[in-house]
Amino acid sequence: MSDVSTPDPRQSRLFTASELLGYLVLAAVIFIVLPSVLDAFRLNLFGKYLSYAFVAIGLVLCWGVGGILSLGQGVFFGLGGYCMAMFLKLEASTPENTSIQSTPGIPDFMDWNQLTELPWWWVPFNSLTFTVVAIVVVPVILAFIIGFAMFTRRVGGVYFAIITQAIAAIATILIIGQQGFTGGVNGITDLRTLMGWDIRPDSAKTALYFVNGVLLFAVLFVAHMILKSKAGRLMIAIRDREDRVRFSGYNVANFKIFVFCAGAAFAAIGGAMFTLQVGFISPTLVGIVPSIYMVIFCAVGGRLSLLGAVYGALLVNWAQTTFSESFPELWLLAMGALFIAVVMAFPLGLAGLYDDYLKRHIDRLLAPVDRMMMRRAARKTSPKAPAPTAQAAE
Amino acid sequence: MFDGYTSSELTAIFAMQGFAGLSLFSVYVLMALGLAIIFGQMGVINMAHGEFMILGAYVTYLVSILFAEYMPALFGIYFFIAMILAFIASGLLGMFVEWAMIRHLYKRPLDTLLATWGLSLILQQIYRSTFGAREVGVSIPDWMMGSIAVTDLVEIPINGLFVMAVTIIIATSVGVMMYRSLWGRQVRAVVQNRTMAGAVGIDTGRTDRLTFGIGCGIAGVAGSAFTMIGSTGPTAGQLYIVDTFLVVVFGGAASLLGTIASAFTISQTQSILEFFISGSMAKVLTLLTVVGILMLRPQGLFSLKLRK
Repeated sequence: MSDVSTPDPRQSRLFTASELLGYLVLAAVIFIVLPSVLDAFRLNLFGKYLSYAFVAIGLVLCWGVGGILSLGQGVFFGLGGYCMAMFLKLEASTPENTSIQSTPGIPDFMDWNQLTELPWWWVPFNSLTFTVVAIVVVPVILAFIIGFAMFTRRVGGVYFAIITQAIAAIATILIIGQQGFTGGVNGITDLRTLMGWDIRPDSAKTALYFVNGVLLFAVLFVAHMILKSKAGRLMIAIRDREDRVRFSGYNVANFKIFVFCAGAAFAAIGGAMFTLQVGFISPTLVGIVPSIYMVIFCAVGGRLSLLGAVYGALLVNWAQTTFSESFPELWLLAMGALFIAVVMAFPLGLAGLYDDYLKRHIDRLLAPVDRMMMRRAARKTSPKAPAPTAQAAE
Repeated sequence: MFDGYTSSELTAIFAMQGFAGLSLFSVYVLMALGLAIIFGQMGVINMAHGEFMILGAYVTYLVSILFAEYMPALFGIYFFIAMILAFIASGLLGMFVEWAMIRHLYKRPLDTLLATWGLSLILQQIYRSTFGAREVGVSIPDWMMGSIAVTDLVEIPINGLFVMAVTIIIATSVGVMMYRSLWGRQVRAVVQNRTMAGAVGIDTGRTDRLTFGIGCGIAGVAGSAFTMIGSTGPTAGQLYIVDTFLVVVFGGAASLLGTIASAFTISQTQSILEFFISGSMAKVLTLLTVVGILMLRPQGLFSLKLRK
């Protein structure tokens, strides 16, 4: 370790043994434990919680690693969800299904609001391909505009948080105000089929849960790659000493825009999966309050840990459902106390506790595996180089 | 959008809506003044600011009941006593919060935001358990009822005028305190250079606590004034918090004059637009404009030269 110029082999490898173990445990929890323990209804609830985990993963990148606190992630979540819902709603609003309306073939809430034809921007959502692309692209474009305007002018920190919060407020008011186009305060409800496949029965919900799990792992993998890449390490440098990175000749704004857009894309995928699993989307998932809750999922899990974010989303939501069923009044107090405690007492969240108390032991157990993985990696990349000794692994 | 109105009607609409906007302006200014002190001077984001305001409103409500019950003769002036009590209650709570929570977080402004949000949830629940979820209103003394007819078409409500007068007095006294008093000088010194301010003998910790307390106290007075024009519920503070933060940022965080100017611009735009298009669209349009301007000019309308 004396030679600074050679990178730590553990840093440059894609996965260390303990990271791999972490992902395997999460996979076991999501794909084996939860489905075998829970009934279909509860499993669907956990699927809903997992769709928030997408947002929390994006927040780890933006906030934990990048130092950009966005209080408007609900907007991106909502955009993804609304894109999905628009497609599903159009599929559910066939002229046969809506024959009692004065204008058959348009979504019911448009008919109630005296619209007589489909607005032009709804039309492309008849296509599933367009919808899938839009789910990711629309929020990314919005994130790019916001990020470009703010980061190139070096706006960051609390100002960015306030402005994204204002954007969340605007989005909510806009959706509620434009009832004829968006379904207003009720949102888009009564979604039935996806390409003819009924999404309402339990079997479909269970299938969607697994699709959601696979997507979550895909997103986790992408986020992991970003963290391990040069861009990921630069983001940490930018968070800690923005000036120095700038003086080293990097365009700081571009990295921030990139990571903000990535967070938006993840949130949007989560939103789309939310709509599919829960069967509706409404402005209550877009505004300031849900956006801040999404930040707290991330904070409870650990703002620096991708896995922590997933557990945080699961845990906080599960606690909310459990407590608010039995003690609705206590729940708000508990939630408030949780906000304060997580900030004051353990700012690195569950992942921080894990790092402090458990990681050491697990790392010791895994040391042989780690060494083996490292030797194989070394052999693969440069056959002539001697395998790193056990000392280097420490 | 101006079709179908004669010019005299338009003038009257603008005057009436302009006056309605002035009431909104008063609330914005009173809330934003407290925030501008806390956020602009200390860099702390206090998401519970709305709840401090509501505390003031509830104090006013309690005082009004007390006066109606025991001192009906003095009911006409209860409001002045309520305002002072509101200031003290919110200020004390603010100082306690600063001591227990905020002072540990000065180096982590984004975390303050989350912690104070948690505080706001707790306060809301406490209000709900204590006063009930329904909104409460105070009874206004007789002399504040009614309105003054300026012309046939334009009428100005007296309670609105009163709130505006309160606003002017508070704003002036904040300005005087900030730029003429020892406390103001200390606050500005601590903001500019904390270490040096400490080195010349200013107790920076005490200054912070006092600043936070006064900011929250002003929020309490805002809540007190708010009861004159609207009713109070546990979550009423939340409705204004985003707008108020925008007001402060738009005005340029460290500038009191900027805060007042931006509160005026935002409230007037919103209020006049409200007459012609729906209320929600007026709000969207106003907020969008503000956000758009902030994206082009992030330092706000009036900015001090600050190194970031």
